[in-house]
Amino acid sequence: MPRTSEAVQPRVIVDGVTKRFLLRHTHSLKETFVAAVQRKPLASTFDALDGISFAIEEGQSVALLGYNGSGKSTLLKLISGVLQPDRGEVLTRGRIAGLIEVGAGFHPDLSGRENVYLNAAILGMTQKEITARFDEIVAFSEIEQFIDTEVKHYSSGMFLRLAFSVAIHTEVDILLVDEILSVGDEPFQRKCIAKIRQLHEEGKTLVVVSHDLNMVSDICERGILINRGKLIFDGPSKEAVARMREQ
Amino acid sequence: MGPKPGRPPEAAEEIRLSASTITPAPGFAQPGKGAGLADVFRRRYLLSLLVRKEVRVRYRGSVLGWLWSYVKPGAQFLVYFLALGVFLNLNGNQPNYPIYLFSGIILINVFTEAFSNATRSLVDNGALIKKIYLPRELFPVSSTIVAFINFLPQALILLVVCAVVGWRPDGIQILGLLIAALTVLTLATGLGMLFGAANVSFRDSQNFVELIVMVVVWGSPVLYPISQVAKVLPDWAMVLYQLNPVTAAVDLFHAGFWYPTTDGRGNLPGDTMLYGLIALGVSLLLLALGQLVFHRLEGRFAQDL
Repeated sequence: MPRTSEAVQPRVIVDGVTKRFLLRHTHSLKETFVAAVQRKPLASTFDALDGISFAIEEGQSVALLGYNGSGKSTLLKLISGVLQPDRGEVLTRGRIAGLIEVGAGFHPDLSGRENVYLNAAILGMTQKEITARFDEIVAFSEIEQFIDTEVKHYSSGMFLRLAFSVAIHTEVDILLVDEILSVGDEPFQRKCIAKIRQLHEEGKTLVVVSHDLNMVSDICERGILINRGKLIFDGPSKEAVARMREQ
Repeated sequence: MGPKPGRPPEAAEEIRLSASTITPAPGFAQPGKGAGLADVFRRRYLLSLLVRKEVRVRYRGSVLGWLWSYVKPGAQFLVYFLALGVFLNLNGNQPNYPIYLFSGIILINVFTEAFSNATRSLVDNGALIKKIYLPRELFPVSSTIVAFINFLPQALILLVVCAVVGWRPDGIQILGLLIAALTVLTLATGLGMLFGAANVSFRDSQNFVELIVMVVVWGSPVLYPISQVAKVLPDWAMVLYQLNPVTAAVDLFHAGFWYPTTDGRGNLPGDTMLYGLIALGVSLLLLALGQLVFHRLEGRFAQDL
């Protein structure tokens, strides 16, 4: 059940958020001209999210559920600040970082070590914090041996391990997690999930998006089900998963 | 699609109520609403890493490596010197023409490199911008810094050559050099942010910038003596010509590097310092405009890239 306490302020507030994408049907002056002459529509809009509202309390772990195209990744991007809502408001309190498509900030021509520093700084860590956590990050990724090798020589598994390891060791209050289970082999996945659980126990706020329904209902106590941009259920995660399967 | 039966609507309503009553509390921030260039300063450690990355990977995999930073302007200089200095005999008419030419070339190079790279920086870093929020001003600013780092060894060569020929600048001329460098860097950052932000939605922007860069090289007295321009243009047009911030900066570079090596034989336009200060002011205004437009368009970057 969502914990509600008077004393603790929420970490994330999503208030009446609508996100509308403009789909342009023409991509050049010529096409625009031709379409205008033929009186075809030049663009249409698509509401990825429509009037979504909820608040996430401190220390809560929330699963965003929904099928492909339901708008859950858009919602995660709004919370991280990558996208801006067209209507409504998103507010967050504290430091926020995302395990969203890990490795986005990695450069193939830099060594693992340099990439750890670069990516951790991109995720908002200070030089001091990175230096303090560097050994822990490398140990977690289990690639100590190759840390001074250029990342382009890494196998895709090694690359993902290192990227994930950096992201999960960032100093945060709110952790956004998108599709964690695509990372590495099974033992490493178990280790990642254990780490996420540990962060949750430490009182971090988690927002998780995954298609592995058993895993998310296990990690998260609360589930928010979205369908075609509308919030259709908000409550215990087990119930949310059951509702989703009914659809 | 009507509301489905069950308890969700009340649950959502209840949470929303509590949310809207708490909203004004301190400590909350709207994610993705940055403070612009001030954020770049706040995240200067990240900026330094981004710059270091660019510098490290620029000539990765090439045998000459950073020597390319000398080879390219060197070849450019030789071509212009042969074509204009020797064939068109500017070398005979303008005292110390090689120094005149080189001091202009390195300044215009740092401007064009910073401007065009800053314009493309957002599209080049699209993968990152689409996934993680960070102050996006970091990208054009780091492009400018990288261009400046690239400029330093060239400036060093120029200094050595000047010293060998006999360079005796006064304090004002040195100050003019600093103002000129600051002007082109500010201008490149401001215009880079302006055209870079537009480039996200309309890739016409970077082509337009290539056009501007070409015009700028010939629209300032880099390759030819400014005295030739003064002979042709009427006074009012000459004022317009010198109001171009890049022209003013190039003039300051000539006044600082070239003129003190000519024993007073060089021919400088009047009021270089005045035009230089105006240019710096204009560049700062354009930087403010660039930031304003950038901030307006920033919200759409992640979805338009």
